[in-house]
Order: sequence, then C-alpha cells, then structure tokens
Amino acid sequence: MIETISILGGGGRNACPETVRRVDLHMGDVVSVVGPTGSGKTTLINDIELLANDNTPTGRRILINGGAAPPEYQDDPARNPIALITQHTTFLSDLPVREFLQTHTRIRSSVPTDGELAVERTLAFANQLTGEPIATESRMTELSGGQTRALLIADATVICDTPIVLLDEVENAGINRTRALELLRKHRKIFIFVTHDPRIALLSDYRIVMQGGAMTHVLRTDEAERTLSHAVSRIDGVLARLREKIRLGERVTIAEMEGLA
Amino acid sequence: MKLVICAGPATTGKTSVLRHIVQKMMRDGTRAAFLKIDVQYAEEDDIFAREFGIPVRKVYSGELCPDHCNVMVLGDALQWARKADCDALLVETAGLCLRCSPYVDGGLGIVVLEATSGMNLPLKVGPMLSLADVAVVTKIDRVSQAEREVFRARIQDVAPAVRIREVNALHGIGIDPLLAQIRASSDVTFDADGNPESLLLRGNPPVGTCTICVGKKEIGWQSHFGVVRPLENQTFYRGE
Repeated sequence: MIETISILGGGGRNACPETVRRVDLHMGDVVSVVGPTGSGKTTLINDIELLANDNTPTGRRILINGGAAPPEYQDDPARNPIALITQHTTFLSDLPVREFLQTHTRIRSSVPTDGELAVERTLAFANQLTGEPIATESRMTELSGGQTRALLIADATVICDTPIVLLDEVENAGINRTRALELLRKHRKIFIFVTHDPRIALLSDYRIVMQGGAMTHVLRTDEAERTLSHAVSRIDGVLARLREKIRLGERVTIAEMEGLA
Repeated sequence: MKLVICAGPATTGKTSVLRHIVQKMMRDGTRAAFLKIDVQYAEEDDIFAREFGIPVRKVYSGELCPDHCNVMVLGDALQWARKADCDALLVETAGLCLRCSPYVDGGLGIVVLEATSGMNLPLKVGPMLSLADVAVVTKIDRVSQAEREVFRARIQDVAPAVRIREVNALHGIGIDPLLAQIRASSDVTFDADGNPESLLLRGNPPVGTCTICVGKKEIGWQSHFGVVRPLENQTFYRGE
C-alpha cells in the first residue's frame, strides 16, 4: 500500500545541487509543478515515472514509503504504481481502439476482471472529455488530438487505476478540462499536474517551482490563494463558455461576462 | 570473456544502446572490443574508436548473408579480442534477417526494438526476437505510457521467456540492468590452442540450398528445383 512518495533533489542542470532537497507527497495530495518552458518540469515527472535512483541525468532519487522502489515495479507493468499522461496528442500504435484497450486491460489487471467492462468504462470516461465520441473500430493513429488525450486520461484512471497519476500539461489537450478535474478528483490518489494553468495550480495543495532544471521552492497554497481560486474559476468558466460558443459558430456579446466581479 | 551479440532492425538504436553499455563498462574497468557486421556500409567502428579508443573491427558480408558472416568470423573475432586483452566482445549485427538469428549459446543475445514501431512488429521479427535473451525497447519517450505497456505485452505474447528492458538510449536511462545481465552471463572459454570452446548457433538455420541463392533468376517455381512452393500452399514447401 503506497502512502508516500518522496522526491530527493539531485544535481540540477549545471550539476550544482537543487535548492529543494526533499519533497514528500502523501496519498490524496494534489500537487502542481510550475515554471517557465524549458525549466525541467517534464524531466521531473519523467524522473518520478522512471522511479529514478540516481541513474537519470538529474541525479534525483524517488522513494516509495521512504525506501527504494522495489525492482518489480519496473519489471512488471501491471505493478507499476504510476500512470503518466504525457503530452502526446497522437498515438503511433496502429491497433484498433478496442483491441488496444483490451490488451492494456489484460496486462494491467492483477486479478482476472471483465475486460469488456473495463473497456466500456474507459470509453465512457473518455467520451465525457471529448466533443467527438471515439469509435472503437478506428485505429488509434486516426484519433484527433482531443480524443487521444481524453483516451490517455481515461486509460490511466480506469485501466491503470494506479495510486499515483502524473499529468503533463493537461490544459493543452483540447478536452473538457473542468470535467476532467471533477472526474479525477473523485479518486483518492496522488495527482501531480505539470501546468501553466493558474486554475489547476491554485486548486493544488502545493506547487513545486522549477527553474533552470532544478526544484527551487515548494509553495503551499495559502488562504488568500484559496479564496482567489474561486474568482479564477469564474473567469475560467466564462472563457470556457466563450470558447464553446465561438467553436459552434455563434455570436457572443458582453452578456457573456456576467458573473465576473 | 563476455560475448554480447546485438541484433535489431535498422535505426532502432543498437549503436546508441551499445555506446552506453561501453561507457558504463569503461567506468568500472571492463575492457570492451567492438565488432560491426554489415552488408555494404557501416561507420559504427569509427564512432566507437573515436569516442572510446577501444579495439574495433568491421566486416562487410557482401555476397554472404550477414548473420552467416557472423558465424564465419566470430571465432576469429573472439581470439582477436582476447589478444587485445579485452574482457568483453560486443558484436553489432546488420539486423536484417527475419528468418535466422545471430545469437549463440554461450553469449548474451540482445535484440533492440523501438517503441515507435507498429504493434505487430514483435510478431514479424521472428527468431531475432524469440531467440534473444533480452529485448531492449528504445524511443520510449516518443510514445505514451499506455502504448509502451501494450507494446511490451505484444513482445511477451510472442516471446514469453525474453526479458524486456525499456531504455532511453538518448540519455542512457535504463542501461544499468543490461550491464548487470551481461555480468551475469556465462563466460566464453578458450582451449589450449586459444580457440573459443563450445559455441553453437542458437536455433535452427533456414533450409539449406535454394536455387535463387545459387544464382537462378527465373520467376516461377516451375523453373526451379529442390525445395519449391506454389502460391496455393501456405504452409509447406515441396522437395523434389
């Protein structure tokens, strides 16, 4: 049973030690990783996903429940406790969607489960996030960017169902972000969002700040920021409705701004 | 001496994987020699000589199938590496043949596959995969985790006994377990005359003589003799 995962700081890009030496993430934590483009955010979550043990270029170490990760996590994907949702917006896999999901269910389930049910649940989850329903007979490579990201998130949540989920810039996905956050929040897991989105950052319990390849601070979301997050959500809601109307070819007016203080 | 034979389709990253292996070997004092076998062009020997200053050799197989060429020269190559005072010989093959495999009993066989190739690739590469000891999957950062896991499952379906190692050959991530596996593999021993002992090609080579191999170019089975096959016979060849 995983209760904590710890990131031990490594050398950073210039081989000078990272300011942040240790971050402990506890079950149920929602964490954001923030920083400019190129500051090493994706590298950080790749280190977590690889369960780095001073064997990646950063020299970081990842501990599970305070100790080194057991090697079988990497030898057997069914036991890997981490699901990583990468920035990929295309699949390279040429299998039909159903066959892909069936195969993934087969290797991910530790007990024999009803594969068909998991596939249906994954598709239902994905279809709540994307405007265009996914046809199970299409090849993975034919899916749109939004469908791809929606399916990746659904696959990680339903089929992998891991205690730790890493999401790399989910806001760029062309999916229903609000719905995604709602659905994800129903699960008690450690969520780590790499994000440029103020809304996701302020909904997190704390955020790890990256600069020049290194973790420089950990900021716990304070009361003022929590209050602010409600206003940010309202702005975000307005923008989401505007976006939707424009996508549907409608005209928009100042009335859309209602609700903004 | 350790013997590592590395196969895998072109451009999958065989050279990158071997470069990281050599780098790590040098760090702990293991002396490696490198042999590249290819059909008509290769520059990997220069790369290894320049980068690491280790003994290198290159063999062009020319008219001969490169995996057969490997069988011919491997005995000499092991002696050469031994004389050069090396502890390991790394052989990078051309990675062409989907019918035979270059691995030998008594050495470690590594196949390098890329995660970006189609999901049916593991079904297509035949003994190059199924007779290997380790399948190294490269370019893992180019696909989603879900695809990596499904690709892995496809390999396991075809070759359940083969260990699978995912690596990022760009940054050398995931190379350490490969090194451990090389260290744990059996040593090639040499007899009193300095010849390597008891090395056998793994698996069965393809059917012996073929009229096309000996130079008959006419199309159609009627023009050939020996082992022939018409279109309407998917499973059997017919001997004459």
